[in-house]
Amino acid sequence: MKRLVPLSGAAVSLLLILPLLPLIFRSIAHGWRFPDLWPQQFSLRAWAFAFSSGAGTGPALAETVIIALMVALISVVVALPPAQLIGQHNFRGKGLLLALIALPLLLPPFAALMGLHGLFARLHLTGTRTGVILAHLIPALPYAIFILAALFARLDRGYVAQARSLGASPWQAFVRVTLPMIRPGLMLAFALTFLVSWGQYALTLMIGGGRVETLPLLLFSTLSAGRNDLTGALGLIYILPGLIILALTVRK
Amino acid sequence: MRTAPPLWALLPALLVLAGLSGGGLALALGRVGWADWAAVLPDGRVWAALGFSLWIALASSLLAAVLGLALAMLLRQSFRGRRVVGGMVAASLTLPHAVVAVGMLFLLSQSGWLSRLAFALGLTDAPADFPALTHDGWGLGIILHYAWKEAPFVALVLLAALRGRIVEQEQAARSLGAGAWGAFRHVTLPALAPALLGASVITFGFALGAYEVPLILGTHDPQALPVLAWQAFADADLTRQPQAVAMALLLTGAAAALLLPLLFWLARGTP
Repeated sequence: MKRLVPLSGAAVSLLLILPLLPLIFRSIAHGWRFPDLWPQQFSLRAWAFAFSSGAGTGPALAETVIIALMVALISVVVALPPAQLIGQHNFRGKGLLLALIALPLLLPPFAALMGLHGLFARLHLTGTRTGVILAHLIPALPYAIFILAALFARLDRGYVAQARSLGASPWQAFVRVTLPMIRPGLMLAFALTFLVSWGQYALTLMIGGGRVETLPLLLFSTLSAGRNDLTGALGLIYILPGLIILALTVRK
Repeated sequence: MRTAPPLWALLPALLVLAGLSGGGLALALGRVGWADWAAVLPDGRVWAALGFSLWIALASSLLAAVLGLALAMLLRQSFRGRRVVGGMVAASLTLPHAVVAVGMLFLLSQSGWLSRLAFALGLTDAPADFPALTHDGWGLGIILHYAWKEAPFVALVLLAALRGRIVEQEQAARSLGAGAWGAFRHVTLPALAPALLGASVITFGFALGAYEVPLILGTHDPQALPVLAWQAFADADLTRQPQAVAMALLLTGAAAALLLPLLFWLARGTP
């Protein structure tokens, strides 16, 4: 029993790394046919191409980062007031409100998206970055509200009361006292909503119509073109920022 | 001093939540006429796709719940390398589904790495001898993908719930003579049930809306309903668009009928 625990730990790590290994090998293999267990020849051709201007990796990476940054920024700012209301106040129907806010996380987004598609088309938002950012807010905002609400609920409100009794306006108390106190949680909410947007494929495709090309769209087109080596390299490039964000958030 | 945020400050959030999500649904309902429902509802492919999506969601969320529970129990123990495993679990959550699905394809397909391993071990003589785990009728690759991706999520939700009171109650049960299994069965598991149910509701809803994963790992028959609906929406024949919206509404309706009662039951504890 005692030895079983570290052994299971090793098995879990193996299972967690297993789907990523073929991506790594594919990206550096020069032709790798069945039944070869390991690539016979290695080549950095796919990586060289992924970083060349012809591959479009740079613009796709920039597009994905810009959209995710905007989604995270808007989500966190927009989520602050409702999060404070939910975290620090009790009112009738609060449970119902929480359930309603969670709905976009639980229900498939396609019906709402198809409804919005017509409206966005009339507003000339389909095929634009703005339209895609708006679409990404649908799954991102509930996460931001829940994280920040949990943060506000744990906050010691004595400090705010003190600032107010010393003559600070509600706005001054919020900016000078509340905001610095919730900074770590703000970072967490920002990181999580960034990742929610970062991973989106369906919403980007449907509202962007293929004209807003983020990394997952590029990944799909190389995969369907049968370029397995390039798909492996792009996949690895695509996961790196998420891992960096995790490392930064954990350290804080 | 309890100052509620002013009403105008709540408006942007309301605009996103009610306007984009709710308004989108209302607009969708407005696009579908009786003729569209009459075209969609008798279509056997639509029901097969809905059944397939429900199957994927059910199998994935059950598998993720069991594996996530086991993973949470493992990460509670102290052992060498626990931090490494915990870090990898957290890292797996940051991975985009599209990348993991491609990794699964390279791993599980009949010319994939596991099939090559089976060949090297002499278990199979050709790629076709390896069981079809991708592009198969049961969506096994899709289910394995979601179990892999969501079990760490379930585990982290459970670990967050496993603090404070539960630990004291477990110790009390053990000191009153309960065995490790008895304490788990009668104390830990019941205390974790709401968190486990909540996490499973989320994974179920998420897998039900699976789009890119079936696109990479699935087959043409049966298709997941989101894939079928989006194909109809993007069809050159524009009369198919309202029918596509009807299919998407059918999916939303099924998700709401299954998940809303659970959601409101879970939310009843909050005032």
